[in-house]
Amino acid sequence: MSKILNLTLQVWRQAGPNKPGTFETYQANGISDDASFLEMLDIVNERLIADNKIPIEFPHDCREGICGTCGVMINGQAHGHERGTATCQLHMRKFSDGDTIVVEPWRAKAFPIVRDLVVDRSPLDAVIAAGGFITAPTGTANDANDIRIPKEVADSAMDAAACIGCGACVAACPNSAGQLFTSAKIWHLNSLPQGQAERYKRTEAMVETMEQFFGSCTNHGECSEACPKEISLDFIAYMNRDYIKAKVKNRRLASQS
Amino acid sequence: MAAPTLAKNSADTPLRKKRRELPFPLNLYQTAVGKKWVMALTGIMLLGFVVFHMVGNLKVYLGEVQHLSPEGEYVTDYDINIYGEFLRDLLVPLLPRTYLLWILRLGLIAAFALHLHSAISLSKMNLESNNRYESKRDWVAANFASRSMRWTGPIIFLYLLFHLADLTWGVGAASSEWERGEVYQNLVHSMSRPGIAIVYIVCNVALCVHIFHGAYSMFQSLGINNPVYNQLRRGFAAGLALLILVGNLSFPIAILAGIVDLP
Repeated sequence: MSKILNLTLQVWRQAGPNKPGTFETYQANGISDDASFLEMLDIVNERLIADNKIPIEFPHDCREGICGTCGVMINGQAHGHERGTATCQLHMRKFSDGDTIVVEPWRAKAFPIVRDLVVDRSPLDAVIAAGGFITAPTGTANDANDIRIPKEVADSAMDAAACIGCGACVAACPNSAGQLFTSAKIWHLNSLPQGQAERYKRTEAMVETMEQFFGSCTNHGECSEACPKEISLDFIAYMNRDYIKAKVKNRRLASQS
Repeated sequence: MAAPTLAKNSADTPLRKKRRELPFPLNLYQTAVGKKWVMALTGIMLLGFVVFHMVGNLKVYLGEVQHLSPEGEYVTDYDINIYGEFLRDLLVPLLPRTYLLWILRLGLIAAFALHLHSAISLSKMNLESNNRYESKRDWVAANFASRSMRWTGPIIFLYLLFHLADLTWGVGAASSEWERGEVYQNLVHSMSRPGIAIVYIVCNVALCVHIFHGAYSMFQSLGINNPVYNQLRRGFAAGLALLILVGNLSFPIAILAGIVDLP
């Protein structure tokens, strides 16, 4: 049995990148509790359009928690209070009738607001461009078991690779640090045989690019709690370890290992 | 209405430029991850000092003891005063008197300066990277200790100056009966003033709140991470902070309660 919710929304409205912004209050009445958070915003937008008002701009794409496009601050928590879900996977049944929901865009100097709830997350791409790849010769794909990888290693790499790059870690961090994202992207390659050739070069380049845009880690742990993929803080420790190794190893002597 | 388009995306305008890399190991200190290593390593040194300082201070509870003086006579003195003298005499005759003590002190001063400098520059970096939320944040993992590091740190710095003035240099807040080398008497004279005792109590609470986050945080910063031991890290930090809190608070309380006093 689905219930019907009447909600009050306070949504950040901002007309453009350097325009002033403010919270606007909207009544969202008659929302089915089967709706996802984004579907609730769709309904509100349909009504705004019907009233000849400008709809709320919010980021969204796949709506099944794998693309990393959606993401807003809901009642002071990135992706809302539900653990391990992106905004699109947060359902209205997690709210109660009469609730007031405050919706705000990600905030970080590296994530300027484009409009309303949409932010520009391209610094995350810059971090990937600095080393989040393997320069392998392409060609015929290897047989699946050609490269033997222990199960534990494959699991750890997969846990790191689960990162969808939504930016919730940066948004949740009191320092707007990009550590969880960067460490996940580093570890998913650094833990696998295919990533070894560029391991230390990658770590150095990605960390230093990250530090051009984001703050530094003070180990609060907010990022991991906000992460829709529940990526572990452990990867940050692994990244710190590999970064120092990268600096200590003089790479001109790397052939001596 | 046309959608607003960005001429540039935010990846084109980094907050900070990459600086020219200094030779190893100075290049480590140019990056935030490297600064966090320095922060953790100097933190461990300072923690070591705080633990030894607390344990050494427990000697006030031993009161007066018989002690063989350098002149070969048995004299009665407070145990902690003898301990203070012993610290100055460390490694004598290998080194002249107070040399090792000064080497240790200079090491601590250097660690403290680096801890402070990295904290200031990382805080600056974090504040300039951060855009405050307009609505109220709902913290999930961040605790009081982790969010107040920026406040407990300066409190500890000011407390250190106060403490040195009060009991080491005998200036400022020091009691009128202050006498160099008379550790026990100075301590009792100082902390029997309730106002001063309260300053000690409040500042030691701040110190232990700082340690509670620092002693956990250092493992992450140093990359010491092992699934077998990870769950012990919080407990270790809490235990260490509690140990230091109980030890350090016992002194002003014991003196105010008259358990430790002068004849």
